[in-house]
Amino acid sequence: MTLALSHFSAALLFSVFASVVFGITQRSTSHEQIRYGLYCFAMFVGGVFAAGWVMWLLRR
Amino acid sequence: MANSPTTKNGVTAGDKPQSVGIMSVVAPAIGWFIPGAGHLIQKRWIRGILLMTSIFIMFFLGLAMQGHIYQPNGGDILDILGFIGDVGAGGLYVLTQAMNWGQGAISHATADYGTKYLIVAGLLNFISAADAYHIAIGKKP
Repeated sequence: MTLALSHFSAALLFSVFASVVFGITQRSTSHEQIRYGLYCFAMFVGGVFAAGWVMWLLRR
Repeated sequence: MANSPTTKNGVTAGDKPQSVGIMSVVAPAIGWFIPGAGHLIQKRWIRGILLMTSIFIMFFLGLAMQGHIYQPNGGDILDILGFIGDVGAGGLYVLTQAMNWGQGAISHATADYGTKYLIVAGLLNFISAADAYHIAIGKKP
């Protein structure tokens, strides 16, 4: 089986799984874990969009 | 110690040092070999299942994307670092070696994502095993 994801969907899935692990391992209480996981996910996705715009500017 | 209060780890207050000592070795070891199992044996069911699901899916997505599994005798420093990342997945890495997965010819451009998925799944499992250790020694609830 071969899976060919787009760059964006691959980065998005990566963000989901990494955020889940970061959230659980880096905070103690359930509330903090959920908040930190969402924060990491937002940072990952924000970073993807920021890097995308930087590459667009460099290409011009 | 039949009447001793039982802690969340399932150990009694009287034999806590010995039990915690054993668990502090067993939990990270099992957690490394089977992602998430270090939390499960300490009765952190939801955390364990979430960690296990995340790391397993990430690892198998990496394989499905034709990611490359690094060998222990890579020679190049980057190959050695890749091997360290891959071996973090524990039993999953052993399984890939036994089944000879992750060695095929790459046929599409985004397969490099698969290699990164495999490495990061291993590195996340190292963090997960360290977290299981922190729970075992009582540093984390």
